[in-house]
Amino acid sequence: MTTVWCEQPIHRVATAIETGVVSVSEVIDSVLDRIATRDPVLNAYTTVFDESARREADQADRLIATGQYRGPLHGVPLSIKDLVDVAGAPTTCASRASDSSMARADARAVAHLRHAGAIVIGKCNLHEFAFGTTGEDSYFGPTLHPLDQTRSPGGSSSGSAVSVSTGMAFGSVGTDTGGSIRIPSAACGLVGLKPTFGEISCDGVVPLAPSLDHVGPLTRCVADARLLFETMRDGSSAGKHATVPVKQALGCPRPFFLERLDDEIRASFEQALSRLQSAGWTIGDTAVHHAHYSPVVCLHLVLSEAAATHARGLTERPNRYTDGVRLRLELGRYVMGEDYARAQHGRNLLSHAIDATLADYDALVLPTLPIPAPRLATTTVDIGGVEEPLRNVMLRLTQLFNATGHPAVSLPCGLTTSGLPCGLQLIGARNRTNHLLDVAELCEAVLSEG
Amino acid sequence: MTRAPDDWLHAAKMDADRRGLPALKPLLTALADATRVLREASWTHDALGSPSTSDDPESTQPRDEPR
Repeated sequence: MTTVWCEQPIHRVATAIETGVVSVSEVIDSVLDRIATRDPVLNAYTTVFDESARREADQADRLIATGQYRGPLHGVPLSIKDLVDVAGAPTTCASRASDSSMARADARAVAHLRHAGAIVIGKCNLHEFAFGTTGEDSYFGPTLHPLDQTRSPGGSSSGSAVSVSTGMAFGSVGTDTGGSIRIPSAACGLVGLKPTFGEISCDGVVPLAPSLDHVGPLTRCVADARLLFETMRDGSSAGKHATVPVKQALGCPRPFFLERLDDEIRASFEQALSRLQSAGWTIGDTAVHHAHYSPVVCLHLVLSEAAATHARGLTERPNRYTDGVRLRLELGRYVMGEDYARAQHGRNLLSHAIDATLADYDALVLPTLPIPAPRLATTTVDIGGVEEPLRNVMLRLTQLFNATGHPAVSLPCGLTTSGLPCGLQLIGARNRTNHLLDVAELCEAVLSEG
Repeated sequence: MTRAPDDWLHAAKMDADRRGLPALKPLLTALADATRVLREASWTHDALGSPSTSDDPESTQPRDEPR
């Protein structure tokens, strides 16, 4: 049987490249062919670096031929969210309001990936300036869900998720300010990691809300997410496992978080918990104190910071933003300083509450997204007779962990009856992202069986 | 600008109209609702020690889920 290289996880293609089963040039051609076939419809990329990718592939093959294999990212094509600088290309932020000058240097995370041998295949579409959950508000037009083109793949790292889920890249670099890596990962059946705050540098990344912004990978499996995480963080060689034994105990904070879920998402999540229990995991019911306040705390934080970040843009070129993003940015200019201070106090309490809840468990477990991938142009969602703005619903289970900085990872955990992916989210202790990945890898093994 | 949410909302809507951004008004209403919830949180610091101030953060029970 012929191996379709562009659909393989990184660790598998890396072995094939190292052992000469496939050349880097063949891998790049496989990915570029897939982009040529799928991207005209899906619109995941803003720019494809086909010429430079082929040139770098030739160089990578020559290095292997002379015994200079650089490791598991040698010659592996990755995509980069177009909010992140790639030297020699504009960082468009999917907006007419962005500065269109060329980035002079790679963002630090991208530089680490290149140093490890990765090839940047292109830059990915996103929700304008990463300020949205669907990917619909983009200068380049919306990215479409690969399984149902009437739906959004989730956002804001919409193009990143679609590029990885369709074989148009082996992994992608995304950003996450309220769930923008985990939401599209869940909607597209991928693994998406938001590390502990600050573990991966945001240097060379256009900010949205600097105290909430995170950089992280979207991949096809946890092993690949770990590889990209370890490579992108500074001082990665020192990052290898502060070994904390896995207790196989997860805490499920049902109050607030599980109160409003789509029926199929709930069924998928409960079935995933049952499978984990059958495999020997303990699932304890628990609660995060003050969790009901997380939406208002996060709202005041992100609006204020985003308005500050975009103050010049709103003054000098307000009409260049898409309507929806401009309105939310303008809204932030009306938040009062005293309310930002109240939100900061709430954030501290919530951080300590999560620390306390985690004390008895390896990780907390939640769904990632309360609904399946939404149809395009959806503005509100009715769950259990309560109608809410789509944005509030999509952020409900993820945004708190941006405010507190706890690492969180989304894993695939089944499909709806119409075949749309569901995501399971694990939240770990701060500065123990590798322990969270250990837990995620064990859970993935259970959830991916049969 | 006054700090009470109702007065603040009225002034903010007038400002949105003045700036030619009437589409902002529903969002301002939602923000005002969220701000009320935030201000009524029992953990909010209050120098006058009003009844809403609690030393026990675990006593907090939101009246209703913020939207």
